Amino acid sequence: MDALFLQQMVNGLTLGSVYGLIAIGYTMVYGIIGMINFAHGEVYMISAYLSAITLALLAFFGLHSFPLLILGTLIITVAITCAYGWVIERVAYKPLRNSTRLAPLISAIGISLILQNYVQLTQGARQQGIPTLLEGAARLDFAGGFVQITYTKIFILLASFIGMGVLTYIIKCTRLGRMCRATQQDRKMASILGINTDRVISYVFVIGAAMAALAGVLITMNYGTFDFYAGFIIGIKAFTAAVLGGIGSLPGAMLGGLILGIAEAQFSSVINSDYKDVFSFALLVVILIFRPQGLLGRPKVTKV
Amino acid sequence: MSAQSSSIDLKKSLLDTLLAGLLALVIFGPIVGVVLDGYSFNFHADRVVWSVAVVMAGRFLVSAFLQTSHGKKFSSRFDLTGSGVTVLPPGYKSNMRWILLLVVLVAAVLPFVANKYILTVVILGLIYVLLGLGLNIVVGLAGLLDLGYVAFYAIGAYGLALGYEHLGLGFWSAIPLAALLAAFAGAILGFPVLRMHGDYLAIVTLGFGEIIRLVLNNWSSLTGGPNGMAVPSPTFLGLEFGRKAKDGGIPFHEFFGIAYNPNLKYIFIYTVLFIVVMTVLYLKHRLTRMPLGRAWEALREDEIACRAMGLNHVLVKLSAFMIGASTAGIAGVFFASYQGFVNPTSFTFFESALILAIVVLGGMGSTVGVVIAAFVLTVVPELLRNFADYRVLLFGVLMVVMMIWKPRGLIRINRIGIAVPEGVAK
Repeated sequence: MDALFLQQMVNGLTLGSVYGLIAIGYTMVYGIIGMINFAHGEVYMISAYLSAITLALLAFFGLHSFPLLILGTLIITVAITCAYGWVIERVAYKPLRNSTRLAPLISAIGISLILQNYVQLTQGARQQGIPTLLEGAARLDFAGGFVQITYTKIFILLASFIGMGVLTYIIKCTRLGRMCRATQQDRKMASILGINTDRVISYVFVIGAAMAALAGVLITMNYGTFDFYAGFIIGIKAFTAAVLGGIGSLPGAMLGGLILGIAEAQFSSVINSDYKDVFSFALLVVILIFRPQGLLGRPKVTKV
Repeated sequence: MSAQSSSIDLKKSLLDTLLAGLLALVIFGPIVGVVLDGYSFNFHADRVVWSVAVVMAGRFLVSAFLQTSHGKKFSSRFDLTGSGVTVLPPGYKSNMRWILLLVVLVAAVLPFVANKYILTVVILGLIYVLLGLGLNIVVGLAGLLDLGYVAFYAIGAYGLALGYEHLGLGFWSAIPLAALLAAFAGAILGFPVLRMHGDYLAIVTLGFGEIIRLVLNNWSSLTGGPNGMAVPSPTFLGLEFGRKAKDGGIPFHEFFGIAYNPNLKYIFIYTVLFIVVMTVLYLKHRLTRMPLGRAWEALREDEIACRAMGLNHVLVKLSAFMIGASTAGIAGVFFASYQGFVNPTSFTFFESALILAIVVLGGMGSTVGVVIAAFVLTVVPELLRNFADYRVLLFGVLMVVMMIWKPRGLIRINRIGIAVPEGVAK
């Protein structure tokens, strides 16, 4: 039992760090324009396809060493997914900046349907996959048994913490990060002070897409399979993570992701793995009822 | 070149086109051009060329068109912030009553001339009209984005199936019970969530819709899991519509002394459904003129102002949510009896998106628009079976384009203005 608990802790931690990466996209967009980007899960799905395609192409061109392969895949996938993020914002959300409150939400659902169907039509509806890139596992023995951690999981944990660290640095210490924070606090004032807020909003979508792309590569490495519908469930879970941590808060998204990942892993080992998705959704509803501002968020005050 | 097109800045258009082409190459290149096949791939350069060419041509045309005088007029006409209703002059006589008469006449004649195929398509269309009307109360009138609407539909459908299996309920007793059950579920879900910012509702309802579907799918001992459940045929005053009634009863056609018609079941469902749709239409028409309906629309337009005026926003929203849910519950009962069985694949998120597309296309809050849109979006795919693969893509494009072009839908709500009585200072 003890070993199982620890094993699920490790599994949950890896899963949770990836949820956290995707949750960043939700939380930043929500923080800056107050809208839920429903298409974000689909951006992750696109990046999963892109990572498999890039891997296949790189292998085709004779690249076989793991560090080069994974680095190339990461760079290319993140770059193209960023282009997706930018185009989606430009086409579907920017024209709606001054529209009714529901309009961007519905437009986002439209985009998410478009992306799903686009991938289904071009790549086919069946499951796709990649071969295992990193073989082997570390084994930790202790009194009650042992815990096995695959090298892939270790890589995922490292990569996602580096990704979050880089993002935190960008937001805290660079000019771009200052502009993002200013726009988040008060968009009108920021634009009066000479910040091109439209461009900052575009950057935020691009950053969110980059994080989703990192998550896409990592999840694909861990599970190996994905299909065109993969973004839907993961999208809702990442949103749950964002809400759990306090929507609009960056460390909140990461913390929420980790907590959700661990809770889900423990739930599926202790109670029932058929209902682990139900558990996550139920958790979302419960958080929204009892603590809508999340763990690290501040209660929202509406100004008139 | 004519005088008008000479004013086009061709260089700018070409630059736009080139940029769009480059972006399209980056975006479409990998996914369209490299099709995964196991761990290897097939290369489709032709598809990339085509998609980039289409994007470039489209971008060039849009860029050039927006620079002509027509284009400028067109882009300035986009109604982004226009108010929700068109106010007609006082004393305006709508010719809706004649259209309504015509619709009733056509509907009355239809069962005698239509074959089974047309009848089933019309029944499906009417079910979606019912769903569209229900969601229109929630999304269009009250402005609450409900993305798990299909859950209430599922509750209605499974309510009939489970009620028949465990309690021996039939079609008639299921209709009010399903409406109550769905409204109750709506209340349980809505009450805690409606206090908060509207966007949360969208995601919570989305989650709820998935929960219901997953439970229906996984709880095999109760719901039969993915295999679904059988649903009884409807009866009329206990008379069955089959050729031979079960348990030695008298079937409908023998009781009334008419020739047996295998479509009788569908004609019956059609008739009852039509009456229900008409009743819901009437109720909705009256509701929008009641204080409750006005409160819904006021909340949609400005929640803070409404609360400042003393409206209890939770109760007002909850009423819209529950009425919408009960409509979906009734639609679910009809859907289940029309299909003869239910399984979880009928209640996916796509279904919610389709109903939302109906409301968005028809016009938020507009009744006529929703009725037309429901028929267009359900009947047209039946006619265009060859393009079935592109259906979801089209819905998505439709939603985005409609939100940019006409966020209030094709047909806007209109309302007859009130004349100022004579002798009152204006």
